[in-house]
Amino acid sequence: MAAAKKGRRSSGSQGYPGRALAVILIALVALTGGIFISGQKTPRLGIDLAGGVSITLQAKANQGNAVNKANMNTAVDIINRRVNGLGVSEAEVQTQGSKNIIVNIPKGTNADQAEKQVGTTAQLYFRQVLAEVDGKPAKPAATPTPSGTTTPKPTGSATPKSTATPKSTATPSKSATPQGRAVTDALKSSTGKAPTPSPTAPTPAAPTTPATGGTPTADTSIPAALQAKADKLDCTNANQRAEAVANNKANEKVVACGQVNGAWAKYLLGPSLIDGKRVSSANAAFDTQQGNGWVVNLSFDSAGAKQFTSVTGNLASQQTPYNQFAIDLDGDVQSAPRVSSALTGGSAQISGSFTQQSAEDLANVLKYGSLPLAFDIQDKTTVSAALGGEQLRGGLIAGAVGLALVVLYLVAYYRGLSLVALASLMVSAVLTYTLMCLLGSAIGFALNLPAVCGAIVAIGITADSFIVFFERIRDELREGRSLQPAVARGWPRARRTILVSDFVSFLAAAVLFVVSVGKVQGFAFTLGLTTLLDVAVVFLFTKPLMTILARRPFFAQGHKWSGLNPESLGVRRAPLRSVRRKPSETKEA
Amino acid sequence: MSKLGTLGHKLHRGEVSYDFVGKRKIWYGISILITITAIIGLAVNGLKEGIEFSGGAVFTTPKTSLSVSDVQNKISGDTAGHDATVQKLGTGSVRIQVSGISTDASKEAQTKIAQSLNMPKDKVDAEIVGPSWGKEISQKALEGLVIFLVLVVIYLAIAFEWRMAVAALVALLHDLTITTGVYALVGFEVTPGTVIGLLTILGYSLYDTVVVFDGLKEASKDITKQNKFTFSDVANRSLNSTLVRSINTTVVALLPVAALLFIGGGILGAGMLNDIALALFVGLTAGAYSSIFIATPIVADLKEREPQLKSLRKRVLAKRASDAAKGDDPRATEAAGDERDREVPDDEDAATATAGVVGQRSQGTAAGRPARNQPPGRGNRSRNRPSGKRR
Repeated sequence: MAAAKKGRRSSGSQGYPGRALAVILIALVALTGGIFISGQKTPRLGIDLAGGVSITLQAKANQGNAVNKANMNTAVDIINRRVNGLGVSEAEVQTQGSKNIIVNIPKGTNADQAEKQVGTTAQLYFRQVLAEVDGKPAKPAATPTPSGTTTPKPTGSATPKSTATPKSTATPSKSATPQGRAVTDALKSSTGKAPTPSPTAPTPAAPTTPATGGTPTADTSIPAALQAKADKLDCTNANQRAEAVANNKANEKVVACGQVNGAWAKYLLGPSLIDGKRVSSANAAFDTQQGNGWVVNLSFDSAGAKQFTSVTGNLASQQTPYNQFAIDLDGDVQSAPRVSSALTGGSAQISGSFTQQSAEDLANVLKYGSLPLAFDIQDKTTVSAALGGEQLRGGLIAGAVGLALVVLYLVAYYRGLSLVALASLMVSAVLTYTLMCLLGSAIGFALNLPAVCGAIVAIGITADSFIVFFERIRDELREGRSLQPAVARGWPRARRTILVSDFVSFLAAAVLFVVSVGKVQGFAFTLGLTTLLDVAVVFLFTKPLMTILARRPFFAQGHKWSGLNPESLGVRRAPLRSVRRKPSETKEA
Repeated sequence: MSKLGTLGHKLHRGEVSYDFVGKRKIWYGISILITITAIIGLAVNGLKEGIEFSGGAVFTTPKTSLSVSDVQNKISGDTAGHDATVQKLGTGSVRIQVSGISTDASKEAQTKIAQSLNMPKDKVDAEIVGPSWGKEISQKALEGLVIFLVLVVIYLAIAFEWRMAVAALVALLHDLTITTGVYALVGFEVTPGTVIGLLTILGYSLYDTVVVFDGLKEASKDITKQNKFTFSDVANRSLNSTLVRSINTTVVALLPVAALLFIGGGILGAGMLNDIALALFVGLTAGAYSSIFIATPIVADLKEREPQLKSLRKRVLAKRASDAAKGDDPRATEAAGDERDREVPDDEDAATATAGVVGQRSQGTAAGRPARNQPPGRGNRSRNRPSGKRR
């Protein structure tokens, strides 16, 4: 019967089943190899399943923000986004009492890194530099030498490119790099030459500053109190540094420290010109062109971009050091590049002595905004799984029983065909498992109980694709076709159904992933992953396998146990003598 | 093979069919009843928010040798019916979080917990904790949902048509309402797991509806080119022919969830697994049900209002009347209409009901019945066409 037509219809839409199977086999081997190479042989589990580390943070007032409920809640939201980046790491953040925040991080996360992430306030300001001097306290007897403003200029222009280790510079990413670097280097060398330049020097200079016409940068005078504070400050002392900047306010002139080429420098800075809130995105990058090493690129939102253009335009028209802006992050001056022209384009770059990790951390922290409060880490301890071992065991037993029932049902209903279904489910399971393991180390994906349940439901959705396909094939058989044409004709119809319905699932996953945060984002990720795997498995495994099996006599001749026996399907007569019979030949009534 | 296989065949041939669309009023009624019950349940009971949403109290005990499960068992009666999450800290002490508990109640619970665990009361530290599922998460999730629903309606309106988009949306709301209603009635606490469960259902409900609609779209492709079947007839037949697939998929999806709910629940009692499993169980069932009993009949209802299909209905009814006058039974014709022209029903079941018709139909076919009289969607099929050419 069907044998006569063997091969004729299996070409064309059938494609090359062997190739597709090879592709999926390679993927399987690669992924399995991947988990052995990476050593991540199990998926990372969420806190509810595996426990983790619990960090308690205590809030203190910062930049004039009081410790109140609103600020605490904002802080929780921001910390949550920092530790949950993609929403897949399953960290939990909540307030405890009135001024504590607990951060629970699943086992296997780098707790030290997480600690830095949650603890960084990340108040970012762009300020005008009013003066930059050596980091040591000014000697009480020091007499004002007006070298502060004048010396850098000649040195600066003299040594623009001679320095080999431009460590702490911020380069507005547009074009100002050489100048910016030159200036900071120049300043460094100038401070080196004159160990006790007096910070008061700029004060007399202030009135004579070129008029900048009512711009926010016009006032470069330094209040006496601030000057006194700056004189006393020893930037090389970490405690003094922290103390000095603790009460810095955005809209006031402040003193801050920053490292230039590994040495501490002291800065007197104007009020904030641009707020870190205007940063719309940030990412770490390796700067190969200018040899700055790891840098953090910032993009401003539209308002921020406008501000940045006007501010840099303003600064560019001023004298040194007023034409420098300092990037003030939590009171630390990251860098203070000189501006030679207005920078358009709405992006800036922070460079400094970053490692890859610290650059990525900073980018991540800046991306999600600054905390309204500063936090001290009060306690760090491990926590056990919230789900007791017994509960977990019970759940696993139940899950296993459920899966066994699914297998039984499929075998009972689809017989031989269930081999295809079960093999497909296996492939799908292995792909999901290995991907989850690898994603655990790659993006911090952690599997929690809801995700496990979601994966169980995914069994249904994955199985549905096979069921749709099988039922289509059976429909074709019922219409009297032999197996190979039935597979060939059933596939396009099943394929459309599978694609249309999976598209809806994928749409849900994509939208939720882009828009939402936290666990919802994590869910969207899992949904998208399982949906894509479903399509991949059906196209690259189930269909080719079916095509190949359809050539086997066991299936093609409709063996009793093949699941494709026309009689069992309810077709009473021998299925076909020929698929090409004329209609009238079928009349038997 | 299984009886379902035979049933599948009969459904495929239209020998057995259930009139889903015809009896839609009953199912609408049932659904409205369930939905109203769910809404009342929601209104009266409300949803109990878990600690992740509403915050609660956290108790920290001194160092103890008790295990997490021990503590869980001991304090189960101390939390005034609220769920407790127990975690062991690295220091050896135990952290117990209890949801939805007020300051007064927390003092009481503190005393009770201390008693149950045999510890001095002042050694058990009590504090109020805030939600870990911040407002922002819910808000953004909601934003995402709204955007998704708008997009999916647009997509369905393009890929299918707006009526199906509307019906899918109604079915979706139906499923979600019922699931949350059951939650309110059972009184389980809503946890992030529940929300994730609801989102899973949202995806599944739409997915299932789309699969059913895909069959419907295919079946009703050339509906106006014939005058034997109304849209409702076609919709009903398409439902019946995808019924086996629907049953199989639902069974495969439900079995593991049911195992989690009943076996897991049986072993564990009310545990963390239960609330997620319940949401999924109810939602999956509702999703499968609504695709068949609600979504498709709604599409049929909406479609039958189209002028084109109204006139089709008139034509069909007129034809049936005239056939009836000639002694033909229109319903039987419909039932047999699903068959291939060459196929002759030889089933006992069908034989009795359609005996008279069969002969006539067969003759009609032999005489070269015009294609437009064949069932829609299959009318143009030629057995001689090489595979793969068709769609």
